[in-house]
Amino acid sequence: MSGGTYLGMPAFPKAAHEAVRDETLRGNLRHATHTIRAKRATAVAEVSDWAELREAGKQIKDHTLRHLDRYLVQLEESVTAAGGTVHWAADADEANRIVTGLVKATGESEVVKVKSMATQEIGLNEALEAEGIRAYETDLAELIVQLGEDRPSHILVPAIHRNRGEIRDIFAREMGAWGRPAPEGLTDTPAELADAARLHLREKFLRAKVGISGANFMVAETGTMVVVESEGNGRMCLTLPETLISVVGIEKTVPTWRDLEVFLQTLPRSSTAERMNPYTSTWTGTTDSGTADGPRDFHLVLIDNGRTDTLADEVGRQALRCIRCSACLNVCPVYERAGGHAYGSVYPGPIGAILSPQLRGTGSEIDASLPYASSLCGACYDVCPVAIDIPEVLVHLRERVVQGGPVTREGVRVLVKPAKGHAAERAAMRAARWAFGRPGVLRAGQRLASRTRRFHPRTLPGPGRAWSDTRSVPEVPAEPFRDWWQRTHGGKDTSK
Amino acid sequence: MSSRDLILARVRRALADVPRDDTPYDRAVRRDYLREHGNRSAGRTVDLLAENLADYRALVHRCTAGELPATIARLLAGRGAASVAVPAGLDPAWLAAADVTRMPDSAADTPAALDRVDSVVTACAVAIAETGTIVLDGGPDQGRRRITLVPDHHICVVRVPGQVVSSVPQGLERLDPARPLTWISGPSATSDIELDRVEGVHGPRTLEVVLVSAR
Repeated sequence: MSGGTYLGMPAFPKAAHEAVRDETLRGNLRHATHTIRAKRATAVAEVSDWAELREAGKQIKDHTLRHLDRYLVQLEESVTAAGGTVHWAADADEANRIVTGLVKATGESEVVKVKSMATQEIGLNEALEAEGIRAYETDLAELIVQLGEDRPSHILVPAIHRNRGEIRDIFAREMGAWGRPAPEGLTDTPAELADAARLHLREKFLRAKVGISGANFMVAETGTMVVVESEGNGRMCLTLPETLISVVGIEKTVPTWRDLEVFLQTLPRSSTAERMNPYTSTWTGTTDSGTADGPRDFHLVLIDNGRTDTLADEVGRQALRCIRCSACLNVCPVYERAGGHAYGSVYPGPIGAILSPQLRGTGSEIDASLPYASSLCGACYDVCPVAIDIPEVLVHLRERVVQGGPVTREGVRVLVKPAKGHAAERAAMRAARWAFGRPGVLRAGQRLASRTRRFHPRTLPGPGRAWSDTRSVPEVPAEPFRDWWQRTHGGKDTSK
Repeated sequence: MSSRDLILARVRRALADVPRDDTPYDRAVRRDYLREHGNRSAGRTVDLLAENLADYRALVHRCTAGELPATIARLLAGRGAASVAVPAGLDPAWLAAADVTRMPDSAADTPAALDRVDSVVTACAVAIAETGTIVLDGGPDQGRRRITLVPDHHICVVRVPGQVVSSVPQGLERLDPARPLTWISGPSATSDIELDRVEGVHGPRTLEVVLVSAR
């Protein structure tokens, strides 16, 4: 991610408004999300106990989160006992300082990276670059993003917004500046593009002394790290270098080895629609000098960066169950049309809409708008393999944006003010509460609305205009329902 | 205050609503999912493994223990392999019929040297039928992780039916988390271009699995 930045992103509606006009983007997204949707449904239907696996995954994650302090301490002990070193980072800056320091201590000026959402989140590549250390992304989609000086737009496939023709052009144009150029006459067939990436990255893998990864799971009981991948770039980065640094969010912990039996079934099927992803690597600290298999030094950097604040919210904490499968993005009608960039975060789509405003707070324009980046259709909840009720959290966060209230930021309980721009909404809700509590007022208001229906405008004036821009103003019936009910004795007496 | 203590204190404060007598781990998770999907004979489980391996583009071969050296020799010759990486504890008989240069797995080898090796032959720790997965645990007949990664052609021998389990839960039970594990389901692949699967990226582009039975 050497190119873009998320700072100063416009609010979601503005960014999305621009994105939906991009015909190529919409075509690319529609093609990719529809391909994976159908395949995922088939992969999930293959296991008859999907509902039970989903529930177990939810319960494992919930239990872990409810006792996270205990499991983190246990994890630290296990990793240390296995020869690893554990570091703790309260925020992105501290994590970047720790990793930069570890790389500098090796004397190396380049690192190879496995795709990792956590390092995207903290902006590690930029921090390394500022210290003269070059980070090479090795996942195919991350490579496309890095070479194109682009921003990721999907959790699993960061270059989902690019089609094969665009990828070919980026490879042909940019690979030479980063190392081995793309082969002459490169076409846009996916197999040839994959082969170009293989050739380009191989020399980097073979000479790499430092690898940086995330992890999909960390087992507290054994200190085992798990990385799930497809291409083999992960295996390269995890086994060939002398030093391995894994940067992982504290919520990735699971209590026991056995717990993996749930997630290693649900994650691949939900994510890439495969029975099993091509490669899964697990390692526990370092091996002894006799075995000498893989890195000599292993560092685990545990990051908070807003996670404990999210944990403090009893409704919102379920977002921390996320195993980053991206099924909710692929199924979301809003994501399919707006694309990932409009969300202004490394976590786009439905999960991003509840995760980003919790990790970063709702202080910025983009974060305050994210809980509204949804039609609340609930498809994301249906497909989630750990049953995160995304619509529930979206509504909860909307309430926080509009009404303000107590939240935890950087570990401190603070009171946030109601967000600007929602004054009309608040006034309308207050008026509704007042009227609904007074039947006489409600009746009089409804009758007045019915009698004046011919004069109602098609779009709302003033602050209501934004709402009616994209929606039809509901038609008021000629007679209020309650009057009709009384007149007809509940519909039994329709002759009168 | 160290960041460690700071984060742990934040976690504890965030969890103030969790009662001290919260449901313990062994009762918090209802594990009423299946231990395996369907009831199959051992023979059918091996067939399912073969089907699922092939579905993800692994090349599957079946032979008896007596035929194994000839089978391996044939696969290596068919590939035109001149050099083969060999785990320290691999049964020498397996390669007895092959006309190749043997490159013993050694800690001293550089990745660049491994990159010049044509093929690798290993055993495995366990194979999972439902997902078409073979798992390597770095045992003496499997070697260091990198020897099955850098060469472009991997021949993996699975002893059937003994090394085959039905499901992921059964596979995990047989594995030791202290060992570095590599789970392999087909050759290296990617879904990064338009979310469609393409085989052949950084790992071995050709995976051949030999299912070997005692007789």
